[in-house]
Amino acid sequence: MSIARAALAADVLVRFEDVRCAYAGPPVLRDINLTIERGAFVGIVGPSGAGKTTLLRAMVGVVPRVEGRVTIDGQPVASRGPSTVGWVPQLQTVDWQFPATVREVVLMGRWATQRWRAWSSLEDRQQADNLLERLGIGGMGDRHIRELSGGQQQRVFLARAMIGDPSLLLLDEPTSGVDLKTRDEVLHLLADLNAEGMTIVLTTHELNTVAAHLPWVVCVNGRVIAEGDPDDIFTSAILGRTYGAELRVVRQDGIVLVADAAPHRLRDALRHRHPEGFEHAHHEHPDHHHVHAEDAPDGPHAP
Amino acid sequence: MTLISEPMAFEFFRQGLAASLLVGTLCGMLGVFIVLRRMSYIGHGLSHSVFGGAVIGYVASFNFYLAAGLWGFLSALAINATARRRGIGADAAIGIVTTASFAIGVALISKTRSFTRNFEAALFGNILGVTPLDLVVVAGVTLGVAAFILLFYKRLLFMTFDPEVAPIYGVNVGWVDSLFALAMAATIVASINVVGVTLIAATLVIPSTTARLMTDSFGRMIVLSTAIGALSGGLGMYVSYWLDIASGATIVLLQAAFFLAALAGVAIFRRPRNAGARAAVASPDPSGHDAI
Repeated sequence: MSIARAALAADVLVRFEDVRCAYAGPPVLRDINLTIERGAFVGIVGPSGAGKTTLLRAMVGVVPRVEGRVTIDGQPVASRGPSTVGWVPQLQTVDWQFPATVREVVLMGRWATQRWRAWSSLEDRQQADNLLERLGIGGMGDRHIRELSGGQQQRVFLARAMIGDPSLLLLDEPTSGVDLKTRDEVLHLLADLNAEGMTIVLTTHELNTVAAHLPWVVCVNGRVIAEGDPDDIFTSAILGRTYGAELRVVRQDGIVLVADAAPHRLRDALRHRHPEGFEHAHHEHPDHHHVHAEDAPDGPHAP
Repeated sequence: MTLISEPMAFEFFRQGLAASLLVGTLCGMLGVFIVLRRMSYIGHGLSHSVFGGAVIGYVASFNFYLAAGLWGFLSALAINATARRRGIGADAAIGIVTTASFAIGVALISKTRSFTRNFEAALFGNILGVTPLDLVVVAGVTLGVAAFILLFYKRLLFMTFDPEVAPIYGVNVGWVDSLFALAMAATIVASINVVGVTLIAATLVIPSTTARLMTDSFGRMIVLSTAIGALSGGLGMYVSYWLDIASGATIVLLQAAFFLAALAGVAIFRRPRNAGARAAVASPDPSGHDAI
């Protein structure tokens, strides 16, 4: 192996080799060959049930049936230490009624350091507080997790993921179910962490508002359909194959916008059936209205 | 002072007091996890299951604790296994396993008439019949469960809060779950002579729920719940003595009174919560249209 190749190989943090993942039934993911470089910021996109979260779970070794090899830093994931990877769950899956203070949640990420002791060491608690400070929610350690704003809650779980000083940060739908302000806050925070050298992989179903801004995107639907810079790979053909639906890609002034083509057809069908009523209800909207609607806050989540 | 010292002259009272203090402590401690893991119904069901095991043990003239404990532990594992099958909810699994188990006990009793008196004691508790052996068992189980909670505290907290994520951080959930089932079965078997099959669920659930109202911290909730359990156990014995009410019922009624007091206290004193924080993590978009 040449020196150049060795240097290149050293940059790979996560490597999937011919990986097939399954739970009880048929495989969710197959033929996965993927590398994630150290310092990368990667988004995984795809329709519901495409295996986005399974791909993340395979990186932490909790998928029940895995064939092939998944390695982090050259080590098989099954033999990794508990804190080499930080995991941030979807905020919607968190039990917000659970009696836990911010510090208690953050310290869960350090449970393995003194696993038989009920209380955390002063050093661990100090570290938790420093991390909270660094993430901009210093002094909130004694608050109950429910008392924080959406962006602050996301930071608590980021802190739990980061307290073990991981080399890789995995986030499952970090922007799903959060309002517009929180989403921007989270993305900027992740960009800052990435700039400091953290490797980040997240799943998202938001192509325009999240994935299009990331430097590298992997399109998944049971297998890897394409990967690359969204400027290059967000095409009707690739997204059509990923989502199994007709999508339009609009490029204007360096911005990529992806739009579902189905509403056009739906509207045509409705117009055909209710020629007057439909026109009346929608005459104020411009033709491509749904493209902008993509970027509007998801109705029920807006404060 | 005679209020406290007079009943202490009786051996049965001293033993009963020790037993109810220990059972209150034990159930208050473990109840936190049962409530937070939403297993209250399992606690209720397991006590009925254990009853079946106890009767089988009696009929087969086998040791009560071994028979009831083993049966309870196996029931807990059977519930877990049944609930993991597709299409059977945990609640239905509990209903099937524990009620069938209870029915075995009732069926056996109807065949062997001589059991009537103990039958009542098993259902409603018989604190006056607490033997030194019972005390040793309750004390042993209390110590064992306390050690389990202390040693596994971090794991238990993580997997109770976040059962999906804890394995990702290396918590062996399956192993701790089995130990927890064992702790629960042991707790129920140890408590059955004191509070009875029908009242155990209350002693598991009420102190921890009361403690939950009083604090937002997991650590403080365990301490408070244990204290409320011990207090109601001890106080309950005295009230039961002076008012001549069945002791198991007195303990549960006291706990219910503590709960109501905490509820009232919260309504009066607690500052309003930050409502805005909740809106920020609302449920998923009900319209189901994903932003592409």
